[in-house]
Amino acid sequence: MRVLIPGIAGVLGHMVAHRLLAEGHEVIGIDKRAWPDAPPGVEMHQVDIRKRAAEEVFRKRRPHAVIHMATVTHLVARTEERYRINLGGTRAVFDHACNYGVEHAIFVGRHTYYGAGPEAPLYHHEDDPPMAVTTFPELADLVAADLYACTALWRFPNLVTSVLRFCYTLGPTGHGTLASFLRGPRVPTLLGFDPLYQFMHERDVASAIVTALKSRIRGVYNVAGPQPVPLGLLIRDAGRSQIPLPEFLFANLLGRFGLPRLPKGALQHIKYPVVIDDAAFRKATGFQHEVSEVQAIHEYAAAFPAHPASRHG
Amino acid sequence: MAFLIDPEVADRVDRLEIPFNSQGVDPYGISKTYIARSLTLLTFLYKRYFRVTAYGVENVPPRGRAMLVGNHSGGVAVDGAMVSASMFWEMSPPRLTQGMAEKFINRVPFMNLWASRTGNLTGLPEHAERLLHDDRLLMVFPEGARGTAKLYSERHTLVDFGTGFVRLAMKTKTPIVPFGFIGGGEAIPTIVNSYALGALFGAPYVPITPYIFAIPLPVSLEVRYGKPIVLEGTGAEDDEIVNGYVERVKGAIQGLMQEGIKHRSGSEVAR
Repeated sequence: MRVLIPGIAGVLGHMVAHRLLAEGHEVIGIDKRAWPDAPPGVEMHQVDIRKRAAEEVFRKRRPHAVIHMATVTHLVARTEERYRINLGGTRAVFDHACNYGVEHAIFVGRHTYYGAGPEAPLYHHEDDPPMAVTTFPELADLVAADLYACTALWRFPNLVTSVLRFCYTLGPTGHGTLASFLRGPRVPTLLGFDPLYQFMHERDVASAIVTALKSRIRGVYNVAGPQPVPLGLLIRDAGRSQIPLPEFLFANLLGRFGLPRLPKGALQHIKYPVVIDDAAFRKATGFQHEVSEVQAIHEYAAAFPAHPASRHG
Repeated sequence: MAFLIDPEVADRVDRLEIPFNSQGVDPYGISKTYIARSLTLLTFLYKRYFRVTAYGVENVPPRGRAMLVGNHSGGVAVDGAMVSASMFWEMSPPRLTQGMAEKFINRVPFMNLWASRTGNLTGLPEHAERLLHDDRLLMVFPEGARGTAKLYSERHTLVDFGTGFVRLAMKTKTPIVPFGFIGGGEAIPTIVNSYALGALFGAPYVPITPYIFAIPLPVSLEVRYGKPIVLEGTGAEDDEIVNGYVERVKGAIQGLMQEGIKHRSGSEVAR
């Protein structure tokens, strides 16, 4: 199969590309960023997905499937730019997919879509509303991109569309929102709150994407790995120190004293959990994760020790 | 074991048939450490402070989904706490009872942790249904917060029942085990509920007793479990049909309460 991956230069893009190559697929990559040491099998186009040159790739190469991984979070880009990339890019991917005969399009989304709040159910199903729009406005563009991708389900009936909502990623590459949050030696939490965090090893994320490609599932699916873990335990097992702060102090201390900088909306996501039910995806594809929650934490902690000196100690 | 944990309680926590991971946490965040600490305290209340007697424990299925449905008794959640202690000590293997917490609890620091880590998730229909599908033991008080608001003079009465629990039991094919809880009204003799103070603390109300604070008095309490009630149907039936089933469960609970009241007045005379 000829598979086109917009956003291939990201950590997960690399992993999916390697997996597909190993399974004998043809891989074409589109990304604004370079991938200097791309394996020889990857046909790399260093171009913005929204530009004409990207459309040329669709027209000339006629991929069978597209895996759209070119979305960014608040950690990477400022608001306006984010809207352009996330919405403009998603629109381009689906328009081209429809116009140039792509059979299957996969949108790689995030579970933060559901948002966190005191009255939200613990396990979200795919039909739960996107509360992140109100609880975490910095995620609104990702929610919009997700919903926009969902419209392909009725707008392009001939294109098989899979919208996958992944939980957090955690593993030795240190990729993702959760890994960034845990990076420093001290991790701030809210005093008296300890939400469950759901994450899966990056290897399992790549497997799940490849599995979705093979099973050609149509629809919206939550994708997760092992059971969620309380944030406090996660911090402790990752060898970090938990700094519980009262809510009124929290916002003022962020970005200082070695604590990470976070957008205001992130507060709700440190106070309340976002946990998803992935039973539908497992049932439709037979997917099974390989790495347990404890092993994922340990692999992350080994790659990113809280105190780098201890790495050699 | 660890701080504030009775080793005997810890042994029993190990025997709970709950899928804990290697960190001692289950998929809902229920924590062995929290359960052991909470039950260490509850055991003191159950065995020493109140001296609770449980009757009819054999009516509770030893495993698989079930719904304990009973009356509220006492202005704070003494009833729920003592029911879970009785399931922990009188069942073999012990069973973890999971109640449905009032919504305000999830907003209160620490309190939300104690509730959820011991298995008492926010009272949402989604949570109840999911727990039953996972074959847990759910504890339901269909009177809701109006039930704990009963005053001393109303302690042997029942307020209106919600119907959601019956529909859920039918939908998930869950047996309902009725229970009657007696004595909570004497333990916390509420003379008036202050809704203004409640608003101040983010709770629905704060019960006021003759000695002001709602600290439970050391009276003996009783919980009586009745025969399981299995309701046939899908849970999508008309209100008239569902209301009939609700009345049946309510009647069973009332019967168990009467038995308990009779038994208590008898033993008081004997004293």
